[in-house]
Amino acid sequence: MSEQQRVSLMVCAGTGCVSAGSLKIKEAIEDELKKRSLEKEIGIVLTGCNGLCAGGPVIAVYPDEIFYQKLRPEDIPHLVEEHFVKGRPVQKLMYKMPAKRKAIPVMSEIPFFKHQVLRALRNKGLIDPEKIEEYIARDGYMAAAKALTEMTPGEIIKVVKDSGIRGRGGAGFPTGLKWEFCAKVQSGTKFMLCNGDEGDPGAFMDRSIMEADPHAVIEGMIIGARAIGANMGYIYVRAEYPLAVKRLQMAIDAATEAGLLGKNILDSGFDFNLEIYLGAGAFVCGEETALMRSIEGKRGMPRPRPPFPAHKGLWEKPSVLNNVETLANISPIILHGAEWYRNLGTEKSPGTKVFALTGAVNNVGLVEVPMGIPLRTIINDIGGGIKGRGRKFKAVQMGGPSGGCIPESLIDIPVTYEDVVKTGAIMGSGGMVVMDNNNCMVGMAKFFLEFTAEESCGKCPPCRVGTKIMLDILTDISEGRGKEGDIETLEDLSHDIIATSLCGLGQTAPNPVLTTIRYFRDEYESHIKDRWCKAGICRELCSFHIIEELCKGCGACLRGCPSKAIVGEKKKPHRIIQDLCVRCRSCYDTCKFNSIKVLPAGFEGEPSELVETAAAAKSGKGAAE
Amino acid sequence: MPRLTIDDLKKIKEQHKATFAVREGGYRAKVTVHMGTCGIAAGARTIMTALMDEMAKADVKDVIVTTSGCAGLCSREPMATVEIAGGPPVKYVELNEKKIKEIFDEHILKGNVVEKYAMVVGSETTY
Ligand SMILES: Cc1cc2nc3c(=O)[nH]c(=O)nc-3n(C[C@H](O)[C@H](O)[C@H](O)COP(=O)(O)O)c2cc1C
Ligand code: SF4
Ligand code: SF4
Ligand code: FES
Ligand code: FES
Repeated sequence: MSEQQRVSLMVCAGTGCVSAGSLKIKEAIEDELKKRSLEKEIGIVLTGCNGLCAGGPVIAVYPDEIFYQKLRPEDIPHLVEEHFVKGRPVQKLMYKMPAKRKAIPVMSEIPFFKHQVLRALRNKGLIDPEKIEEYIARDGYMAAAKALTEMTPGEIIKVVKDSGIRGRGGAGFPTGLKWEFCAKVQSGTKFMLCNGDEGDPGAFMDRSIMEADPHAVIEGMIIGARAIGANMGYIYVRAEYPLAVKRLQMAIDAATEAGLLGKNILDSGFDFNLEIYLGAGAFVCGEETALMRSIEGKRGMPRPRPPFPAHKGLWEKPSVLNNVETLANISPIILHGAEWYRNLGTEKSPGTKVFALTGAVNNVGLVEVPMGIPLRTIINDIGGGIKGRGRKFKAVQMGGPSGGCIPESLIDIPVTYEDVVKTGAIMGSGGMVVMDNNNCMVGMAKFFLEFTAEESCGKCPPCRVGTKIMLDILTDISEGRGKEGDIETLEDLSHDIIATSLCGLGQTAPNPVLTTIRYFRDEYESHIKDRWCKAGICRELCSFHIIEELCKGCGACLRGCPSKAIVGEKKKPHRIIQDLCVRCRSCYDTCKFNSIKVLPAGFEGEPSELVETAAAAKSGKGAAE
Repeated sequence: MPRLTIDDLKKIKEQHKATFAVREGGYRAKVTVHMGTCGIAAGARTIMTALMDEMAKADVKDVIVTTSGCAGLCSREPMATVEIAGGPPVKYVELNEKKIKEIFDEHILKGNVVEKYAMVVGSETTY
């Protein structure tokens, strides 16, 4: 007879929440439940990331579907008493809508959750990733059973091909086709590989899947291995993901013990062994040929293709490499079929995609949405819009260092591989960094280029040298040494690097620069010609001024100024002494009345000349535009 | 864990149905025990315990039990509301262990409202 529980408390034990103290919360809850003899009725489960890490530690309560956030151990006695004894959910601990400050309790009403459709993340926050039974209880390994005992490799490939799923690791190559190429090659030894390198800074989709649902990745690999005829597999995970590594290893051990890995899986006669390979963390190691070299124990450097890995991959044997999220999608496709998969998304981009939403939005986190959803819905509804009074959406960087930025004028595009590429950005692995009017686009391009220049493996001179030269030019521009013709030089260099680099790193590195030039050329120009960084980020290219007519003399800026550069009496207009100002922006961010404006470096005129611009500022538009 | 067969996979899934009914919302019936201060004083805890015992004994997987605060009818506590999916909620009043067992057998398992203990049918839903 199984113990019956009336409530499940899903305590998030993703990396974000654990560092915010979720394990202490769990202990506190256990203590309270024991005190009240409720420990049998109420079950506690540690789950993987819920995707709302900024609110950590978070817990979800089922069946009530109530979502608590930012819990502290001292909140727990009250919470247990009120909610679990008396059934009165505690308003003040619930998730709140950013703008309204009103608690919305039910998860399906929280816009962050409402627009999402979970496929790759189907078990997120719902199962204990360290218990194989919980995965099985949610249809786990049923797809592997079906693929191994009822389907031929050809049939598996057909379903995956028909589903139209494209690789989620960046390039968007059709997974079914990739499997088919490899299946066709005759060889006694083949390898099924999983790419858990996730090198894009700011991305954490794959980490979350590995942490929250490691068996989903394993099951996808078993099915893929069967389709291509591989008996050995490796999951390549970066060593900086210790929790993912631990959960994957536990899952591999449990699956092996249950006979779901190893010899004669589910009596089908099919053998598949799986091991984890710890990556050293270089970005280029995420590239498929470099990753294979790295597993072989060599330095992770890309090599030319062809030969493609489907023919000569790991140890020169036919191999398939798939991304974590791609693999997590495989089981449902096998169970429910290609048609089912296609009922979300678009013709060319079916299914869902997981994004790591970060930057200037209210809800930073992990989201899974149907392909084709307008970018606006992701940013404004799921992301809860731009954070901070008076801030406005400016652009979103998609695809990380290989991607590009998409400006406000294109915010209504549907998010699909095709539509995103048209903007000059790429879907990439799903990093989405939202920028507001306080982001400088030259600085943004510089940030990503610094990353790629640093991570270039050095094999191709255009990539190694070209990115350095571009970085120098960007540094000059942002420090006031920009010259006429720099923009054109950047464009020329970009095209050369794209045309002559061997691997995707070099071929995509210029994208952030090209897209920012394409959409924000005026911003480059004002840096170069007017010595004016309108966002007030490049210190050498701006000056801060208080507009007399708008200043209420509240003194907030004065109190916060680290270099005592602001003078003025209470209730009278304040003034910034330019010689003392170090351009830290603190006053600009502090002033509640938008009275401080960013002007070109060394601006000398009368700030009141700017009243007109300032008046426009009042209606929400900064002088920055 | 021993080597699993496909049947074992199905069995494990079956065994965990109850837990996941609670988490996924795919339940057939929902019982709300009113546990306000007055309810607890009147013995709502005993009702809850008795109910949980019955559920375990009958090994039902598709029924969930929740608590709620005072139902506003303190004089008639302990109270519980039973909702069968698709049907109106039924409020039972002045419960004791014997009555809740009967309600469990008749209403929750078989779907027949136990009219003699029921106070009202079709009040506000609780979720
Ligand atoms: C520089 C570079 C870094 C890459 N990093 C990753 C990565 O971290 N994770 C990943 O899945 N794919 C990465 N890729 C893409 C892989 O080469 C490969 O296309 C992908 O893992 C294939 O899986 P998929 O078809 O399922 O997307 C990277 C590619 C390049 C050029
Ligand atoms: S393009 Fe850059 S990272 Fe790629 S192989 Fe060439 S040098 Fe290395
Ligand atoms: S930018 Fe910084 S240093 Fe300059 S006036 Fe404002 S607070 Fe002071
Ligand atoms: S780690 Fe808890 S929500 Fe992401
Ligand atoms: S202090 Fe002058 S308005 Fe902010």
